[in-house]
Amino acid sequence: MSLRKPAKDQPESFEFNASSLEAANNIVAKYPKGKQQSAVMALLYIAQRQNNNWIPLAAMKYIAKFLDMPYIKVYEVATFYTMYNLSPVGKYFVQVCTTTPCMIRGANKLVEACKEKISENECELSSDKSCSWMEVECLGACVTAPMMQINDDYYEDLDKEKTSEILDKILNGETPKPGSYRGRINNEPENNRKTLTDLKNA
Amino acid sequence: MLKLKVNDIDVEVEEGLTVLQACEKAGVEIPRFCYHEKLSIAGNCRMCLVEMEKSPKPIASCAMPAAEGMNIKTNTSLVEKARKGVMEFLLANHPLDCPVCDQGGECDLQDQSMFYGVDKSRFKENKRAVPEKNMGPLIKTQMTRCIHCTRCVRFATEVAGVPELGAIGRGEDMQITTYLEQSMQSELSANVVDLCPVGALTSKPYIFEARPWELKKTETIDVMDAIGSNIRVDTYDWEVKRVLPIINEDINEEWISDKTRYACDGLLHQRLDTPYIKYNGKFEKASWQEVYKIIKSKLENTSKEKVSGFVGDLTNMETAYIFKEFFERTIETDNYESRSDNRYIDISKRENYLFNSSINGIEDADLILLLGTNPRYEATILNARIRKSYLNNSTRIVSLNDCGDLTYPYESLDGQTKTIKEIIDDTHKLSKEIESAKKPMIIIGESLLRLENAQYLFNNLKDFLNKKNKFSEDWNPLNVLSCDAATVGNFDLGVLNNKTNLIEDLKSNKFEIVFLIGQDNLNFAKKNEFVIYQGSHGDKGAECADIILPGSAYTEQDGYYTNLEGKIQKAFKASYPPGDAKEDWQIINELAEFMNNRKLFNDKEELDSSMLNYLKLQSEKQTEQNNNKSNSDFNNENLKIEIKDYYFSNVVAKSSKTMIECNNAKMNLKSTGTEG
Repeated sequence: MSLRKPAKDQPESFEFNASSLEAANNIVAKYPKGKQQSAVMALLYIAQRQNNNWIPLAAMKYIAKFLDMPYIKVYEVATFYTMYNLSPVGKYFVQVCTTTPCMIRGANKLVEACKEKISENECELSSDKSCSWMEVECLGACVTAPMMQINDDYYEDLDKEKTSEILDKILNGETPKPGSYRGRINNEPENNRKTLTDLKNA
Repeated sequence: MLKLKVNDIDVEVEEGLTVLQACEKAGVEIPRFCYHEKLSIAGNCRMCLVEMEKSPKPIASCAMPAAEGMNIKTNTSLVEKARKGVMEFLLANHPLDCPVCDQGGECDLQDQSMFYGVDKSRFKENKRAVPEKNMGPLIKTQMTRCIHCTRCVRFATEVAGVPELGAIGRGEDMQITTYLEQSMQSELSANVVDLCPVGALTSKPYIFEARPWELKKTETIDVMDAIGSNIRVDTYDWEVKRVLPIINEDINEEWISDKTRYACDGLLHQRLDTPYIKYNGKFEKASWQEVYKIIKSKLENTSKEKVSGFVGDLTNMETAYIFKEFFERTIETDNYESRSDNRYIDISKRENYLFNSSINGIEDADLILLLGTNPRYEATILNARIRKSYLNNSTRIVSLNDCGDLTYPYESLDGQTKTIKEIIDDTHKLSKEIESAKKPMIIIGESLLRLENAQYLFNNLKDFLNKKNKFSEDWNPLNVLSCDAATVGNFDLGVLNNKTNLIEDLKSNKFEIVFLIGQDNLNFAKKNEFVIYQGSHGDKGAECADIILPGSAYTEQDGYYTNLEGKIQKAFKASYPPGDAKEDWQIINELAEFMNNRKLFNDKEELDSSMLNYLKLQSEKQTEQNNNKSNSDFNNENLKIEIKDYYFSNVVAKSSKTMIECNNAKMNLKSTGTEG
């Protein structure tokens, strides 16, 4: 990872819409009076959800004013955490896990597929502007490695061909089925369960 | 008190102190980068590791509170190894560019790596490179050198009150920057240069000027405002290279304002280095004898009522005193004045023009009322104290006017003097607050004293505070905030004339000879007056002069200054005046000798002792004047705070290129509209 810079093209202004505002107020209400600044991370996430999955500078300023804190403090938080996107990402935002377990299981092949199908570089929009990808650290699904996340869904037990298929579907505007691509149910062992066999919903 | 052992030496420390402070008390020096006495504790450089008994790992002494019975060791092999390890990590990314670094020779990292470091690094990886950041015209950045101590961030947030600096990114990619690389909007910004333990933040105007060991260091007093900050002037030959703060806990703590620090390049420009005489509207060089001769004949052929003298805002007390003596003894008139406006002042009692609560007292105050003053620009260091008081005690601060951002929150009133009258008449809610406050402070600015009703307001405020029993042995709530270095000294010496209004007389061209000593703030339309200007810089005063006597600036002569609290301090000669210029007192003395064949004083010592004697006598005969103050005299006025442009408030600052750049940076920022 290198230092992430805010995007060059920034919108002029940003404001919470009605539902974001409600969510933000709910979160601020959780903290004691005068400690509203603690809500900054949650509010940044709300702003990111509202603004096509990335946070413009205007949103940081808006949040700083909303929570009565200096701009630089919000900026510090937004640049610290890698899950805040500071520049626009595609409508389909592909995050490929390349931390050790996934790497051992061939995550670099997934990256290759992304490079072929989406764009040559990380964080770069595809030719039809609908999709972008990036390498990320562990997404916590090591047991089904290698895997990737597209928007809110996990696609697991992948290899290069399966990744390419999924990406093709996405680029055609379809939504592929999330979950394991080797037919596993959740994180269960392949083929059959070895334990707790008498419990149906274990 | 807590008892603990440091290297087997028993020490007792107060509760709340850290292990590092306890070690210092035991005379053991602990290396540190991030820890600074005046800032909050960060504990991120790890250089201050020491060994504590029963602790398996070394502890960060700056962040560990001292506790009863601790046994601290700082000279063991474990500590040495820990320091070496920390130093190796700090140097992992620090470039080896000391030969081209301005910090070289006074760099904490350089010094400490000599003591605690190892000569080789085991890191073979490439060093990190960080792009330079724009932090305005005063601070040069070389962020590759940064070791992330965050002293600058803490200073900006805590002391300066402008939270614009921060650390963005994480881990190896962490960078210190201002928000979107705008310049720092603070009058204290350049203190981060002193705080930076490495060469990441260095002084832009001083870049590649000199090495610290080449400079002659003179500890002296600043004259950019009335605070009297203690400074160290570093000179290389004649040139003043830089100005640094020295610690005086009662006045400036460890900080100085940007103007104090960077107006010094004004000492190199626009200087008057030889006497001039104006012939047909053009200045021509002359010799001292010629100009003395002309002045003598002019003075002899003019009736003494037609002669007037005005003392300026940077003049030291010796000069003001000998000037007064010159008028009284040689010319035999008392047409001298040190004010440049008609503001009200009653010098019968010293407390009428001093900042009586004292700068330290600000920290004890529980209510601060600002009347007609913007301390941020009039007395930056004092404003930092008010902020400190606000941070420590959440002091309530009220200002009659809305002064914009003062770096602390305050309530602003309507800016009408009738509100002050309501307070005096006990009809305003603040009257009650002042009454119930233990240590209230009323800070009166020069803007208020310039009003027509200043006398009424000042005396009734004093009366009001008297009635509420706010004056006591250890507390005087009445404060006058003077703006210029010479103001209080001149009042102490009685260099003003309350009998006639000299300023009005000057403006209506009643005088035939006008003698200006460093006085550039008089706005009068010159007609047939013969103007003599004595000073260091060619500014407004010299422009309208018929004769120019080149004097010395504050770094070029010894001289006393009394700060706004009434503390008398001596400024020392760090450099010498340029060309044929002489020390100010010497010029007057020679002129007096030329006229009467008798010097006023034999030498500087005689002048000094005579002046100090005069001050002593004055302080002994303090009398309360009965001031008329009837209610009918009062008319409501709109109080407008008039402050001189911060970066151009005196002749030295006006001649400084750095101050022009600061002003431009401030203007540009305003015009882009990105600040909020």
